[in-house]
Amino acid sequence: MSTEAIVGLYVFVLAIFVGFEVISKVPSTLHTPLMSGANAIHGIIVIGAMLVSAAVGGPLGLLLGFFAVVLGTANVVGGFVVTDRMLAMFKQKPGQRK
Amino acid sequence: MDLRSLIPLTYLIAAVTFVLGLKGLSGPKTAVNGNRIAAAGMLLAVGATFFDVEFQSYGTTGLLVTAAGLVVGGAAGFVGARLVKMTAMPQMVALFNGAGGGAAALVSILELMRGLGGAGVTPGETITSMLGLIIGAVSFSGSAIAFGKLQGLITPRAFKYGGQQIVTSVLFGGMIVLSLLLTASVASTVGVPQLAVMTGVALLALLFGVALVMPIGGADMPVVISLLNAFTGLAVAAAGFVLGNQLLIVAGTLVGASGTILTRLMSKAMNRSIANVLFGAFGAAPAGGGEVGGPMRADDGRTVRETTAEDAATLLAYARNVIIVPGYGLAVAQAQHNVRELADLLESRGVNVVYAIHPVAGRMPGHMNVLLAEANIPYEKLMDMDAVNPEFPRADVALVIGANDVTNPAARSTKGSPIYGMPILDVDKAQQIIVIKRSMKPGFAGIDNDLYLDPKTQMLFGDAKEAVAKLVAGVKAS
Repeated sequence: MSTEAIVGLYVFVLAIFVGFEVISKVPSTLHTPLMSGANAIHGIIVIGAMLVSAAVGGPLGLLLGFFAVVLGTANVVGGFVVTDRMLAMFKQKPGQRK
Repeated sequence: MDLRSLIPLTYLIAAVTFVLGLKGLSGPKTAVNGNRIAAAGMLLAVGATFFDVEFQSYGTTGLLVTAAGLVVGGAAGFVGARLVKMTAMPQMVALFNGAGGGAAALVSILELMRGLGGAGVTPGETITSMLGLIIGAVSFSGSAIAFGKLQGLITPRAFKYGGQQIVTSVLFGGMIVLSLLLTASVASTVGVPQLAVMTGVALLALLFGVALVMPIGGADMPVVISLLNAFTGLAVAAAGFVLGNQLLIVAGTLVGASGTILTRLMSKAMNRSIANVLFGAFGAAPAGGGEVGGPMRADDGRTVRETTAEDAATLLAYARNVIIVPGYGLAVAQAQHNVRELADLLESRGVNVVYAIHPVAGRMPGHMNVLLAEANIPYEKLMDMDAVNPEFPRADVALVIGANDVTNPAARSTKGSPIYGMPILDVDKAQQIIVIKRSMKPGFAGIDNDLYLDPKTQMLFGDAKEAVAKLVAGVKAS
């Protein structure tokens, strides 16, 4: 195996543990926002999309590259904005409610 | 020093923000900031990628494709996320998740096309690409079906057909065989049309996603979406291996792992195992003979008692303890503001009002809290299931607004019921029960609710918003 693959594997295995540990004990109120936030985070695929956007070229290759960036960006932006809206109830309200 | 050497460092910072973001999102005080920290990290990572050597090697073409994609995708995501109604949040999450899965599949496809097209690709890279492609495509089409079911575009009922297992197995086997074939051809230049084989795998994976989600009932969709969310994470991690990009591996794996835990937490809140959700026949239970309005009379002669808004209002106005049980009907009717008005009015008369929130009230865990918070209902008034269940026997009135399955005593008592064992709110233990409901139609699980036949229960038929408004008028008058 190449060094790059080994390093990748290390990162992968350690990240599994972090992922398991980081969200122990979540109140059920936060299940949906947490899912939505995690959903936004895998939108990081957008940088992968950028890195292959014109790798193949040609009309088909560029079209696929374009769609990859569109889908990835929609995932990121939509994911974070929706999560932020869901969390409205936890935001500090200025001057308290009437 | 070349500034480009800072890119991996920027990616590391982004990875840290994702961990902190997830951590933040798991606590009420830190959630808002957690989400924003992760978003900032994302922005940083995307910005840094513009300076990547590989990206810059594409010149203007890459820049144009990317810029166009960022604008179109960003606008679609932003507008969709801003405009979606609070009630439609779950399917919106499904949609964005599907987008991520699709993007991951396309990235794997493009990298493989580049390799097959002459840049060279090893068998190991081929297998990893196929993994990213398959998992991403399954998540894409599966999420699309989940969206369709929650949006009501396709039947939310479990779609069962003869030979279902055979179809699923054939699709799965086909993907594996074709993937291995492609890997073998890369290893030894066996003459197969490689791009055609790859396309075949992509199509089979899309079909597999459909076949996976169609037989699952709408009530289980939250668990399915959470599972597909974890899938997308894994697809992103696979794409990270293909591209040799550590940030993709970290972020994808984080979501894959935490998504798996979250899926387990959610299915536990509904007292169902993940395997049960994936292979069970939840939504396929016989639904009360099938007549549109549902039965007004049970086989043993018990009948449903209907009441008027005036009577119900009087009952509420002179109660001491009232527990409000909000459900999806409240969400659909957007009645949360009227409910708050009613609660304020009752409290000004000295009635003690709390809200009982089932973990999956609405359609998703936490969904109802979001809606009620929108109406400025104080967080302390919302009690979760375990805390509120012992309170029901002391409640003079339980006011059920558009909640159905989560109040069904059959979950406790009827062994054969498809929801048997699901934790429910013990609404039937209250002294009096008022149920606001549009009709006698069964709820999302497709089964009848014994609560409505309880002699202590009175039904107030109508739209939740109008009914609550009438209750407000009634309480004012009494």
